[in-house]
Amino acid sequence: MSYFSETFQNTSRLISRRMFILSTLKVGVFISIISRLFYLQISENIKYRSLSDKNRFREWKLVPQRGIIEDFFGEKIADNTQTFQLHMIPEDVPNMEELFFKLSKMIDFNDRKRSNLIKRLKKRRPWETVIVSDNLSWSEFSKLNLFLYDMQGVKPVVALARKYSEDGSSSHIVGYVSDTSVTDLENSALLREINVPGLKTGKSGLEKLLNNEIIGRPGIQRFEVNAFGKRIKELKLVKGIEGENFRTTIDQEIQKFTSESLKDKSGSVCVMDIYTGDIVSVVSSPTFNPNKFVHGISEEDWQALIKDEKKPLINKPMSGLYPPGSTIKPIVALSALENDVISPKLVIECRGSIELYGQKYHCWKEKGHGFMSLRSAIKQSCDIYFYEISRRLGVDRMSVTAKQFGLGKKVLGSFNEERSGVVPNTEWKRKNIGKGWVLGETLITGIGQGYFQTTPLQLCLMIAQLANGGYEIKPRIIDDKYAVQPIIDAWREEFTFRNNNLDEHSPNLKRLFRNKENIKFVLDALYGATNEPMGTSYRSRLTKEYVYAGKTGTSQIRTITAEERELKLKQKDLPYERRDHALFLAFAPYKKPRYAISVVIEHGGTGSSVAAPIAKKVIKKVLDRHQLRKKYQLDLFQEA
Amino acid sequence: MTRNYFQKGNLSLKDKIFAFDFTLFFLILLLGIISLVAMYSSERGNFSYYTQSHLYRFSIFFLLFIIISFIRIQFWYKSAYLFYFIVLILLFAVDLFGITASGSKRWISLFFFNLQPSELMKVSLIIFLARYYYKIPSQNVNNIKHIFIPFFSLMIPVFLVVSQPDLGTAVLIAISGLIVIWLTGFRIKYFLYSFIVLICLIPVGISFLKPYQKTRILTFLNPESDPLGAGYQIIQSKIALGSGGIFGKGFLQGSQSYLDYLPEKHTDFIFTLFSEEFGFVGSLILLLIYAFVIYRIAAIGNQSRNNFAKLFCFGFAAAFFVYVTVNMAMVLGLLPIVGAPLPIMSYGGSSMLSIMIGLGIVMSCKIHNQDDLT
Repeated sequence: MSYFSETFQNTSRLISRRMFILSTLKVGVFISIISRLFYLQISENIKYRSLSDKNRFREWKLVPQRGIIEDFFGEKIADNTQTFQLHMIPEDVPNMEELFFKLSKMIDFNDRKRSNLIKRLKKRRPWETVIVSDNLSWSEFSKLNLFLYDMQGVKPVVALARKYSEDGSSSHIVGYVSDTSVTDLENSALLREINVPGLKTGKSGLEKLLNNEIIGRPGIQRFEVNAFGKRIKELKLVKGIEGENFRTTIDQEIQKFTSESLKDKSGSVCVMDIYTGDIVSVVSSPTFNPNKFVHGISEEDWQALIKDEKKPLINKPMSGLYPPGSTIKPIVALSALENDVISPKLVIECRGSIELYGQKYHCWKEKGHGFMSLRSAIKQSCDIYFYEISRRLGVDRMSVTAKQFGLGKKVLGSFNEERSGVVPNTEWKRKNIGKGWVLGETLITGIGQGYFQTTPLQLCLMIAQLANGGYEIKPRIIDDKYAVQPIIDAWREEFTFRNNNLDEHSPNLKRLFRNKENIKFVLDALYGATNEPMGTSYRSRLTKEYVYAGKTGTSQIRTITAEERELKLKQKDLPYERRDHALFLAFAPYKKPRYAISVVIEHGGTGSSVAAPIAKKVIKKVLDRHQLRKKYQLDLFQEA
Repeated sequence: MTRNYFQKGNLSLKDKIFAFDFTLFFLILLLGIISLVAMYSSERGNFSYYTQSHLYRFSIFFLLFIIISFIRIQFWYKSAYLFYFIVLILLFAVDLFGITASGSKRWISLFFFNLQPSELMKVSLIIFLARYYYKIPSQNVNNIKHIFIPFFSLMIPVFLVVSQPDLGTAVLIAISGLIVIWLTGFRIKYFLYSFIVLICLIPVGISFLKPYQKTRILTFLNPESDPLGAGYQIIQSKIALGSGGIFGKGFLQGSQSYLDYLPEKHTDFIFTLFSEEFGFVGSLILLLIYAFVIYRIAAIGNQSRNNFAKLFCFGFAAAFFVYVTVNMAMVLGLLPIVGAPLPIMSYGGSSMLSIMIGLGIVMSCKIHNQDDLT
């Protein structure tokens, strides 16, 4: 027993000794745990606190309200309107199939929309809102609200969406918005910065041009979120900045009228203030309904648009390129006069055709015009006369004048869809075609054929700069009273000099002529073309205060072969795409000119029969609305 | 054997109550209250499922703790082997008809309660070893014949628990068993030898590990390597702790747990939740309570007149210490996430049952210190 007791004691002592060692170890471990706690909670507290906040808070951007585009009189061309949308939070929907079935009974929710939605659902997280339909009709919306108790996870929402005027008269110039695409994001740092789901971006026209200013800046909603990203509560709301509103120089009333008069035709009309450069109307026809793009255009609508041979999506005033045809003749005449190549008294006989350099060149009038002076050649648009003066002038001098008056370069410059066209000369041909200039080409260039390519807007600017007495103007489409003031001041100054017959001119205006008598001569000849018998647009003349002057043009898009000339083919008999373009340039009123107009009808036939009658109607409308327009802008002639 | 372990013996009920260690009693009660506060916070201030269930369990098992305290120590001495074998059979039973949850088979259904025998093994192994070494003089401990039984009694449950798989509990069982063996005088050099063997076996062992266990260990080495995957728990736990600061974010204000960033917040990561809301000061107080509990258990062991009680108390104190520190080290990012609950604080019936039985026996050692074992 004593042995046992002794070993017992020994064991007890051993255990206690080892326990003591263990306790020391324990204290060490506790200290290391406390120091770790100290390190995390006190030394690194700031770091972890910010990490915790980063976990906690999440910000959602709100779609900014897009600015409004108005016409000159404040009528809204591109507006925002209420739309009825259906949003869905996928994780709150108990049975997706059942919901889809119910939806298909209530709203336009076909199989295509359904598969599209399923595709989008896969990309999103289940707590993120998905827009099921962004443009519901009122009856669909009210029906949904009525049966909402039966559908979990969906929410009818009233939101803002772009709304364009239904007539579509300004579709091309204003453009349209649509969902921001990956390419849009790649091309714009701003869009990447904004990047809100559901953000619409300008795809064409002013909507694209002004996108950065008009789009606004998104608001921010800060939420506390849980680990699954679900919003727990709203902490902060920073309101976004609404996009800038823009007032344009467009007159929507004239736009509608012009668009109506171009109905069923493929072409364009541009109307410009010849002093301020304000673009009063710029219409492309046929037009399209831009509202269809806002919520995603349907496949069939899209196919209809791109298959139409009249190309409704093309902004023809800016991106349509046409040989100017006879409408170039005032410039050729002016160039010849300015360069002292001919005297206005030069008389040439037109016999319907002429042989030069071994080739036969025809006049549009088969029988010939007889003896022509420069004035009557412009008035009756005699080709033979212009072959001769362009032969004497040469293409290079001609191209200098044409470029001075605005051809061959972009008119507004900033539009994506605008093209610069071609004013050919010897150097251009060498550079771009790689061949030397052939003299025969000078002749057809002189009647606006051959390599010549112009946009309707350029032609409008050209005739405007002739009509205002030969001064350079800078066309504008965005109205800004600060920008227009110096222009008006410059013109007033110029008029004062002119009225007092002083030889000075305003330093703020650039003269495009050497001798103002030459400009006067050309304008007078244009008066003849419209208002005197035998003039090419005599049939479309207007009387009294509406008297205007203009030049017709018919531009061929093919060479007429000898056989065709024999057959005397009528335009109507030709296939659509081979018919001539009809052009007409004019300024009005003749006595105190204020507006320039260009009308181009694609494959329309002759300028005098197709383009001029349209111009006549539009000119009357524009002049009728001039008094109203004057009230909205400082009057140019107040002091003059 | 028809002895009444409650009444017979040298002590009257009054004596027993006088001998009762009220310090330990109040410390455990305090831990229970703190655990309920933390549990209430883990449910975002709702007195719902977890808090309710935890309250019931704590109440029942606390009562059990008091009952066990008054059972004479002889009962535990005599039924030590039986207790161990029952738990071992339960462990086998788990393997055969256990309930599988999240990939591992750990529970057997007792209809009203899902029991996790591996948790009970934590305490039954300590009793078993204490009983076994009680009869062996310290100079004989290192005899070969006295090595086999402790070795197998340790290895069999560890193997069974690892195969569930439940690496965390297996490690805790093994560590607490080894500490008891070491306390009896087992030579350090044998531990060293087996440690070397273990190191050599690691490559073999790794091949037996489940892929998720491998990633856990790799993640422990570099949690930031996969912040949204396996390292997520450690990172979020560190963020929660670190953002708590000195005084914490305040009761029910812990954003990390409130917003569900914190995983397993009512079980393994309850300390993180508590520490986020009560800060460094609160954590220090909790840690001191635990230290005091461990100190009390060790002190009771130190006063014990017989080596069975002494060995059990020391062993249990060491095991309790290991549970607390492994859990804390784990949530603090000092150890890999192995799945070890924090005693009393963590939600989980079996773990609390095991701890309460252990504490009850410790208390019984204190009360019945004057009793003979036989």
